[in-house]
Amino acid sequence: MTQLALVIDLNVCVGCHACVTSCKQWNTSGAAGALVDINPYAAEPNGTFFNRVQTFEVGQFPNTQTVHFPKSCLHCEDPPCVPVCPTGASYKRPEDGIVLVDYDKCIGCKYCSWSCPYGAREFDEERKVMTKCTLCVDRINDVTIPEPQRKPSCVIACPANARLFGDIHDPDSEVSQAIAERGGYQLMPEWGTSPANHYLPRRKTEIRIHPEDLVRVDNPLKIDGKKPEINQRDLGREDFAT
Amino acid sequence: MQPAFSVIFLTTLCGAAQGLFLALFATELSGTLAAPDNQRFLFTASLVSLALTGLGLLASFFHLGRPERAWRSAAMWRTSWLSREVIALPIFMAGLFFYAGAHYMGMGNTVLLGAITVIACFALFISTAMIYASVRFLQEWASPLTVVNYLLLGCASGLTLATLLAAGMGMSVLVKPYGLAAVLFTVLAGVTRAASLVRNARLKPKSSLQSALGIKHPRIVQKAMGFMGGSFNTREFFHGRTAQLLRSVKWAFLLLVFPVPLLLLALGVPSASLTLLFLAFAAQYIGLLAERWFFFAQANHPQNLYYQTIS
Repeated sequence: MTQLALVIDLNVCVGCHACVTSCKQWNTSGAAGALVDINPYAAEPNGTFFNRVQTFEVGQFPNTQTVHFPKSCLHCEDPPCVPVCPTGASYKRPEDGIVLVDYDKCIGCKYCSWSCPYGAREFDEERKVMTKCTLCVDRINDVTIPEPQRKPSCVIACPANARLFGDIHDPDSEVSQAIAERGGYQLMPEWGTSPANHYLPRRKTEIRIHPEDLVRVDNPLKIDGKKPEINQRDLGREDFAT
Repeated sequence: MQPAFSVIFLTTLCGAAQGLFLALFATELSGTLAAPDNQRFLFTASLVSLALTGLGLLASFFHLGRPERAWRSAAMWRTSWLSREVIALPIFMAGLFFYAGAHYMGMGNTVLLGAITVIACFALFISTAMIYASVRFLQEWASPLTVVNYLLLGCASGLTLATLLAAGMGMSVLVKPYGLAAVLFTVLAGVTRAASLVRNARLKPKSSLQSALGIKHPRIVQKAMGFMGGSFNTREFFHGRTAQLLRSVKWAFLLLVFPVPLLLLALGVPSASLTLLFLAFAAQYIGLLAERWFFFAQANHPQNLYYQTIS
């Protein structure tokens, strides 16, 4: 069974919000209708986004790290938001594991948002229905888009390539390999929701400097007291090809 | 959580209506009342219960973004307690309607009809409470005490209302037993509600900023939540009130739901005083509104870990 997911590399994310804006752009232009923006150019602007980037400071000054943390629906393998929906508007697609909301069935009771520990769902104040990340379901399945671009719009937008997309149930996929090799983990594992999206942890960046890099060591071929001989060749006989 | 007044009215109105109906059915079973009184009282009081439930249902529509699609919400009864409530509520209302109608027309034996309505009544109590108790992420709610409290508080307010109605309609035989039962259930509900307050005060949050981010460091400070204005996440899951106000509401409901009606019942039942009994029910109902408000406000959602700093 396929389970599509995002794998987000916190070691690479620079917090540029390109994924946020590209997500908004794609999903506000889609067939499902615009994502609401209330007071976009006035005081207290707010609106619906499927993806947000938050920033945290880890550690005590001066030993701190700034962690930029992109957050969207994690497409849980056991999504707690789905069984609570009274109308069946919330569902998980069996074929690819994407958790979706049928906007035509949603009654806007917000019960699913209470049942998501991650706060991944956002109520659309204009359409009066619950909305959430669709993993760009209208993009990744669109055969009119060239194959390499059939990825969620946030993945394509990320300039640092911090977002990987693929099937985490396929052990040979890029995302599964990344999870296995780079310590991919899930958020709030204590709730047993088994999120499909994984995060790759920060890694210590080390530059290994050998002493030889700092102090010049003598040429082992040097003969004491003798300067190296310049290869005597006739002018014009340099062979640049060798 | 942000307290939702639609749901506060729904649960308190229906709770009182359900408690009232249970009192009526107990009266019918006991055969305390003689024929004409029995018919008149059971008809009027079950109509009151039906009206309260109707008001509760009306209030619930204000909770929905798309109330015109509310009919869809019975679909997922296999998995969703909300769906089960949506089914139990109209059945209970239909039961009340026929129960009131049967007594209006003076049809003798309504025990079977009453028993079916009692089943719907308990189904409604349980599914209403389980809507909250089944959300495991809200640890303040995820407890059997939530179900017990909804049941007992509904019975307490319903019995206080039954005492008032009995006094108002001159059913002096009923005032004392109803009053006693109201006192008993108010005390019982006081014990279980206090137990849930004690439980919640000792709760340890299951999630932390460390597990929310997957970063194992004791000191993590949020610097930005990704936007400057609000969002659904900052509106729905935060009550935005001071801890002091929360404390005040807590003490207000602890006084208004339990000791104040108990005192008024103790004073009002012997003399069947309409004023005192009305004050008892009014105090308890207003107290229950505060209780339900506090029930919402006290619940801490784990998603709040991601929303700590605006910038």
